[in-house]
Amino acid sequence: MASGSTTPIAVTARADASALPGLIKDAGLFALVTLGLCVPIVSYRTDLGQGIGLVITSRWGTVFALCAAIFVLRFLQQLYLTGRTRRRAAHAPVAEGASRLAAILSPITLGIALTLPLLAALGAGSLGEGRYWIDLGILILTYVMLGWGLNIVVGLAGLLDLGYVAFYAVGAYSYALLSTVFGLSFWVCLPLAGLFAAAFGVLLGFPVLRLRGDYLAIVTLAFGEIIRLVLINWTDFSGGSAGISSIPRVSFFGLPFTAGENGFAATFGLAFNPMHRLVFLYYLILVLALVTNLVTLRMRRLPLGRAWEALREDEIACRSLGIDTTITKLTAFALGAMFAGFAGSFFAVRQAFVSPESFNFLESAIILAIVVLGGMGSQIGVAIAAIVMVGGPELLRNLGFLKAVFGEGFDPSEYRLLLFGLAMVAMMVFRPRGLISERTPSVTIAERAR
Amino acid sequence: MSVAGINVLVEETRALQAAQTKAPLLDVRGVSAYYGSIQALKGVDLHVKEGEIVALIGANGAGKSTLMMTIFGQPQARTGSITYAGRDITRMATHEIARLNIAQSPEGRRIFSRMSVRENLQMGAAVHGGRHFAEDLERMCVLFPRLKERLDQRGGTMSGGEQQMLAIARALMSRPKLLMLDEPSLGLAPLIVKQIFSAVRELNEREGLTVFIVEQNAYHALKLAHRGYVMVTGAVTMSGTGRELLDDPQVKAAYLEGGQH
Repeated sequence: MASGSTTPIAVTARADASALPGLIKDAGLFALVTLGLCVPIVSYRTDLGQGIGLVITSRWGTVFALCAAIFVLRFLQQLYLTGRTRRRAAHAPVAEGASRLAAILSPITLGIALTLPLLAALGAGSLGEGRYWIDLGILILTYVMLGWGLNIVVGLAGLLDLGYVAFYAVGAYSYALLSTVFGLSFWVCLPLAGLFAAAFGVLLGFPVLRLRGDYLAIVTLAFGEIIRLVLINWTDFSGGSAGISSIPRVSFFGLPFTAGENGFAATFGLAFNPMHRLVFLYYLILVLALVTNLVTLRMRRLPLGRAWEALREDEIACRSLGIDTTITKLTAFALGAMFAGFAGSFFAVRQAFVSPESFNFLESAIILAIVVLGGMGSQIGVAIAAIVMVGGPELLRNLGFLKAVFGEGFDPSEYRLLLFGLAMVAMMVFRPRGLISERTPSVTIAERAR
Repeated sequence: MSVAGINVLVEETRALQAAQTKAPLLDVRGVSAYYGSIQALKGVDLHVKEGEIVALIGANGAGKSTLMMTIFGQPQARTGSITYAGRDITRMATHEIARLNIAQSPEGRRIFSRMSVRENLQMGAAVHGGRHFAEDLERMCVLFPRLKERLDQRGGTMSGGEQQMLAIARALMSRPKLLMLDEPSLGLAPLIVKQIFSAVRELNEREGLTVFIVEQNAYHALKLAHRGYVMVTGAVTMSGTGRELLDDPQVKAAYLEGGQH
């Protein structure tokens, strides 16, 4: 057995060289079959002759080309397949590869995120023309933040929450109402929105303390719908489905982004540019998202964060180790909800308009999909999943040339959900644990043989 | 009788004398517990004195594990009382009981399989905020050298025996006075069972740890224990020293059939 554990690698190494004739033989066989099929089908063609009757033309060149193509394709396919099985046999630590990938991707993603307005301005010519990219960046970062927030509840504490968008709504309406009714500034409302959302998180947490898995998911789903329906039907309070409009815009810590005397541009001696506000919003959501990330990373090292993870693993064991599962669950709900509240009030200040429309179940589903695709618990995975899930559909808008293929009426962005579905299926087949799964098994064959 | 035999006898008498003079550390009186309308415990009386190893043996479904869980407050006893170190813990929540220096290695081990061995042990030390973590980690590595090699391995990737060692080590991280073990030998090879039981004996002899052990493996459990109880369909039917029970014809017939496993 001792030698057995070392031989597989040696065998595959030898197979490398010895497999080549086998591959050629296999591909040759395929080419031969192609030839056999081509002879009756392709090699002769009958055309109408000058006069009456048909003329046979031979097309041996085409036959040869087809056979060669099959030969090459089969060869490449086999090469790829054996390569893959060998990689698997040599217990290619996918996890290791993934974490190395994460180590490379994190600084790159952060670098791009930090310099995006500059990149957009340079790429598009001027700041104004780069507007589309900054807008897209804001949208993506909002979802990154929501994904990171939900990751605390789902990824770390293992509590499946299908109504996360409710807390997002609470945050958005907190700011919308506090600012329009009481005239409070964004900077006062931001922490308040977080607190309100956290309070709602605890409110949801209490009745579901005893629930797990599917049951919990259904109750949270219902909770999300209740919040939305209340917002639609309580017209006096929330303006009903018409929503709340003309919400005050964000200020630079008190300085409004206007062309006037006291505006941001005048104070800093800059030429007024409406893009200043957008760039500021961009950095605001970037900071909010990074704060979410830092808090999560820090929490994971604290006893409470570790208790969340232990709770995800085994609730009974947690209790028998003296961990108060009630507090543990409620803090996870509250903290996750708080970040959704922050993101919600950011959403309200950016849009200057909120309505229940924006907080339907699809939003919850997208956020959850981001967390799951990202690989429950992985921060960079969630960020990349958000870029793919939110940025991906935007790419569809640029596929106008497809109209030439499918006719004038074709609108690629209508196929957004179809592509979502396909992406999900593909993900679950090829990376069932998410893009970057930190806690994938790291067991190797060598260890198992021991 | 050999010298070693006499020594064992002297030790046993000493342990018994010591036990008799002290008030019991854990006292279970007339406890009954239900799952819905099904009565699982029918007035159980037993006690564990400080420094003792007490074994509870019985067949499948006798209520051994239920008793252990009832002591830990889940399900709570419907009648009767459970006292630990002079405190009534009958109606306390599980996590509060766990903070009273009682540690439990639950049935089926229940380690945190996606967390590393080290993280598992950290969770065990959560009760006192990991103040003596480094020191206790060292102790566990001496007690179970197998764990030392695997500190950064994920718990779920270890063998059953290693997982059981981890479950016991995790329970010990809280520096308990009373260790409750639920079926530590379940599904393990005899050699591993021996290792685990000898570790338990060592803890008892060296550190005076009180141990309450629930086992189906009656022979090993009674050999290890100072005293034992036999449980049949929710009630204690027999009790005595480990030796007495081992020699009892009824126990022999019911639980030790097929020789010394």
